[in-house]
Amino acid sequence: MKELMTGNEAIARGVYEAGITFAAAYPGTPSTEILETLAGRYKDDLDSEWSVNEKVAVESAIGYSFVGGRSFSAMKQVGMNVAADPLFSFAYTGANGGFVVVTADEPGIHSSQTEQDNRFYAGMMNIPMLEPADGQECKDMVIEGIRISEKYRTPVMIRMTTRICHSKSFVELGERTEVPKREYKRDIWQYTTMPAVSKKLRHEILERLKVLADESANSKYNYAVMNDGAKIGVVTSGISYQYAKDALGDKASYFKVGFSFPVPFEKIREFTEKFDKVYVIEESEPYLEFQLRTKGINCIGREVFPQEGELSTSIIKEKVLGIKSETIDLDTGKIKERPPVFCAGCPHRGLFYELGRRAKNGKIFISGDIGCYGIAPLPPFSATDTVLCMGESVSGGHGAAKAFEHYGTDMKAVSVLGDSTFFHSGMTGLLDIVYNNSRDLVIIMDNRTTGMTGHQNNPGTGYTARGENAPAADITAIVKALGVKNVRTINPLDLQEVGATLDWGLALEEPGVIITRWPCALKKFTEDDLQEFDVTRHLYQMDKEKCIGCKMCTKTACPALRFDTEAKKAWIYEPSCVGCGICAQVCPKDAIVKVK
Amino acid sequence: MTKSILLVGVGGQGTILASKLLTIGLGQEGYDVKMSEIHGMSQRGGSVTTQIRYGDKVNAPVIGPGEADLIVSFEEEETYRWMKYLKPDGKVVLNKFRIPSSPILTGEETYPEGLIDEIKAKVETTVIPASAEAEKLGSPQSMNIVLLGALVKAMGLTDIDWEKIMAENTKAAFLEKNMQAFRVGLEYLS
Repeated sequence: MKELMTGNEAIARGVYEAGITFAAAYPGTPSTEILETLAGRYKDDLDSEWSVNEKVAVESAIGYSFVGGRSFSAMKQVGMNVAADPLFSFAYTGANGGFVVVTADEPGIHSSQTEQDNRFYAGMMNIPMLEPADGQECKDMVIEGIRISEKYRTPVMIRMTTRICHSKSFVELGERTEVPKREYKRDIWQYTTMPAVSKKLRHEILERLKVLADESANSKYNYAVMNDGAKIGVVTSGISYQYAKDALGDKASYFKVGFSFPVPFEKIREFTEKFDKVYVIEESEPYLEFQLRTKGINCIGREVFPQEGELSTSIIKEKVLGIKSETIDLDTGKIKERPPVFCAGCPHRGLFYELGRRAKNGKIFISGDIGCYGIAPLPPFSATDTVLCMGESVSGGHGAAKAFEHYGTDMKAVSVLGDSTFFHSGMTGLLDIVYNNSRDLVIIMDNRTTGMTGHQNNPGTGYTARGENAPAADITAIVKALGVKNVRTINPLDLQEVGATLDWGLALEEPGVIITRWPCALKKFTEDDLQEFDVTRHLYQMDKEKCIGCKMCTKTACPALRFDTEAKKAWIYEPSCVGCGICAQVCPKDAIVKVK
Repeated sequence: MTKSILLVGVGGQGTILASKLLTIGLGQEGYDVKMSEIHGMSQRGGSVTTQIRYGDKVNAPVIGPGEADLIVSFEEEETYRWMKYLKPDGKVVLNKFRIPSSPILTGEETYPEGLIDEIKAKVETTVIPASAEAEKLGSPQSMNIVLLGALVKAMGLTDIDWEKIMAENTKAAFLEKNMQAFRVGLEYLS
């Protein structure tokens, strides 16, 4: 039976069919739906967990593999930076039960911090890598990955990109293979990385690479597609293969690399020798190109194709054939970028509105983090100065506070991050703030879910990935246990409370924490949410007589607000309003009234 | 021959449900189908697209500049933004509806005028007040289904049993409204 699946759904299907019994991940675009599918559709077939971060996810899967079970983990490209530490060492000890890890890279940076190409990790870790080009390969490569992992006792990496993760194509479904747990035998010369052991294992890795090179050379995922009379040779992998085929059709022959570390050099050389001109078509970094050049294989790559952004059929057509697609060119200067905004009813709006007002004096350095609030640096809030990586808001805020103290600068450091980000890697930074005593004010915006990736459960929500009850982590108790004495929890929809608490926190000369607590407006509310919060959908309307057109309300950037430029009055688009009441609180004329 | 449809709009407008129904229908009709969308940050009120390609054998899931046979737009300004992706002889179906971006809301920019006329001057364009039509039906969230109806007509896909697909893939409580919305969309195109 065939089914239309996204690459992420197909990976999950592969995990199911491969007989994997444990999967752990932390949400991150574009990888999130892999574990979501496992915890949903395959809920009863395997143990699937949201971990607090990618490092913990991979380590859990490693422990599972050590004692003989098949395990799996998935993450976005920057997640692999977090998980890199255990993965590098795991490459040494090797797997017992099969282990596959997915990295989901983002050429084009749709929802990420970096455009890093994680294919280089495979080479650096010396672990085999597979690169699917459609949903079918996503599924098949998980199964193949588990086979390779167990045969060679190695972790296996699957490298996807956004367009593979989030594109649907037909996938042929198969049956699940159930396998017994492999035997675990205590062996400190295999499963520890004491220096003497690591020296031995390092040698074994290099020996293993030689046999893996044979495996890659004979892999059915490394193959040539020959077109009669074609003058152009193309070496390509992943989504770029699809673009190349659309762009060049039978004008080119293709070598499609699916098992891309170790690279099947001799097979590629044999292919390239048939052509005068060979292009390497790949997104992001010139990974394959570098590899081929080290073996003296001549090819054209980065000197014609861009190293930034996504590739496309038209770019390839233009660069290889010199054909530019005909387009309708309008005056796009007329329309401006449409930056993302906080949703109507977003609990972050009130906090950033008040924080931004206070930051106007230039005396607050706001260290931001990863989440929907990653848009807080933009106007109208302008309430974040820096955004780097998960948890950096806290430790970066600490460093800034230390610098202000050292140089006697009249500035206050503030860190802002969400609940899930706090669990991910904010807690360690906060312990550091207490331990090394800095004056950073940490604001934890607890919206009762992992918001930006689409509402995944986390240790604070009271539910597991599979929807079972779990103890809800108490952020206040955690913060206090870490040693913070000044802690206040507030309702971010009450601007007066937000303002007064910010003034309190900004004046502290020792560590302080403010927790804003209100559920994400898009969240499917739980029983607990309904008991704790008034989330009934209210409605506000504009009293047109009272409105003076001052635009104070539109400065909250709520997508439910509109401004009638002719009448010079603001109004509320009712289908979008959820009745949070922020606009009513900022209106100087009380023109916005609750009607429901 | 592969056909390419580009759905454009603002995050949260429901392009994803419309494209889901469309791909199911195309699949049942025996086409090879690929569909691509972007999740994450842009879903929070940013500019979003969903791309659908179908035919005997589809390679790339993504539509490049000058490649779309049809743009179905959920918002006026977004239509203009994505026009470069339309074939010079492609068609446009657009929802007469404006969502001001935050720079417009805060008064730094104004919503540009005359966009629809410029688009009409270039290609065959059907303007549908889909949001208003859906509100008239008492079901503002069915706006995407009005546009789906128009899309189905524009691409000549009326032979597919859309009622059955909707019955199987949308909430039963909305089926009647959704079918009404679908027919409204169909009738906008001759």
